[in-house]
Amino acid sequence: MAFASKSPWVIHYDGSSCNGCDIEVLATLCPGFDGERFGVINTGNPKHADIFLVTGSVNEQNIDVVREIYDQMIEPKVVIACGICACSGGVFHDCYNVMGGVDKAIPVDIYAPGCAIRPETLIDAIVQAVGILDEKSAAMREAKKGA
Amino acid sequence: MGKASVIPFGPQHPVLPEPLHLDLVVEDEVVIEAVPQIGFVHRGLEKLVETRDYNQFIYVAERICGICAMGHSLGYAETVERLMGVEVPKRAEYLRCIWHELSRVHSHLLWLGLAADAFGFESLFMHCWRLRERVLDIFEKTTGGRVILSVVKVGGVVRDIDRSMFDEIITTLDGVAEEYKAILKTLLNDTSIKNRTVGVGYISHDEAVNLSMVGPFARASAVPYDVRSFGLGAYGDLSDFQPITDTAGDCYARMKVRCYELLQSIDLIKEFIAKIPDGDIDVTVKGNPADGAEACNVLEQPRGECYYYARGNGTKNLARMRMRTPTSQNLAGMVHALKGCDLADVNMIILTVDPCISCTER
Repeated sequence: MAFASKSPWVIHYDGSSCNGCDIEVLATLCPGFDGERFGVINTGNPKHADIFLVTGSVNEQNIDVVREIYDQMIEPKVVIACGICACSGGVFHDCYNVMGGVDKAIPVDIYAPGCAIRPETLIDAIVQAVGILDEKSAAMREAKKGA
Repeated sequence: MGKASVIPFGPQHPVLPEPLHLDLVVEDEVVIEAVPQIGFVHRGLEKLVETRDYNQFIYVAERICGICAMGHSLGYAETVERLMGVEVPKRAEYLRCIWHELSRVHSHLLWLGLAADAFGFESLFMHCWRLRERVLDIFEKTTGGRVILSVVKVGGVVRDIDRSMFDEIITTLDGVAEEYKAILKTLLNDTSIKNRTVGVGYISHDEAVNLSMVGPFARASAVPYDVRSFGLGAYGDLSDFQPITDTAGDCYARMKVRCYELLQSIDLIKEFIAKIPDGDIDVTVKGNPADGAEACNVLEQPRGECYYYARGNGTKNLARMRMRTPTSQNLAGMVHALKGCDLADVNMIILTVDPCISCTER
């Protein structure tokens, strides 16, 4: 188990979500579901984060912001699309200002559907993300050895 | 005086759960101008009325904003009912108001938590959100959803609440109120909180009126404007309703107004439950809105007055649906309050406006 997967830090960005998923992301880390007891800590700094939680779909205005946050994160990193809007655009898929899911902007590792996403789904997604984080860091170590 | 420089604030910022960008023009740590830029959350919802019929659009309407979801579905349903001349059963009106007031309780607790987080009071943030979970549990038990309730439809509501559940709601809310009062002592009396909020971001009564501010933001500047006092729907049956106001007009006053509104909402819910009549919870709505028919409606959202307008065109789709949300009314006040404040107070002022960007941009 790598260091990052013992206490994965998350960063949250609201693409063009309706807030429903955002407050569920925060609720997951607060008492009640208490993601923090597993070391999942919300940070505002992309450089400290291992897991990128994106809620809502992308549009012309925010696609660069999503890319910028993703680029600032340090490898290994995992992206979770939280909620159906982030997965595919959801109920807003045919709005004129919705380009689609977050995968239009950055590579998404885990799709966590729901409208709004339920904290249980998100916890499940973070547990999966920790596994991917381990795989990615193992692959990075291998690549270093080979070099 | 130093040279003016621009500090970008947002769209991704730790205190903001939502994307809002501000260009802060600062001179020696003092903000001389704040230029807001929005558009990160715009989806183009109002245009969706052209492709969704008036019954389907209610599910879009409540996804305008996840925090005020109940309010938007209620406001939209009331507008369409007015457009089509539908009379809603009294019990449905009461149930709607109970859920709406519950969502105000959850919204204010959410806000108090975020405000505590903004001035670095992490444990208070956690306490507020812990209490909020219990309100969400009521939502889950009565509607099945935690955030998006999908419980209002044009012509009534889709679920009833039985007497034993009402009793449970009252017990839960009594418990919440008791624990909340303990938190309230810290929220209103703690020196570190007062240091951050008293006298910060002052807005006078005249400014509040001139800038057309609404909701707790205006009420903290002694503007006694609350749509609930118009007596629309079940609010008309309340024995007495007085909007909670404060005269100080600073961040502390805004916090105080919201703190007491929460207790007021709990009292309102209890009164609704005591007075709720028996009967049907919905009526069948037939036909389409007439061509050229217009209707408007106002509703007190947790963040203030929200205005709805709808126009029919004789088909099952509406010709136009328009909302004016509380935050778009309050943005001017927010920019005004930011002028001349310290850079460190910017988060606090933005937070006390309680901006809801996804409502504003839709």
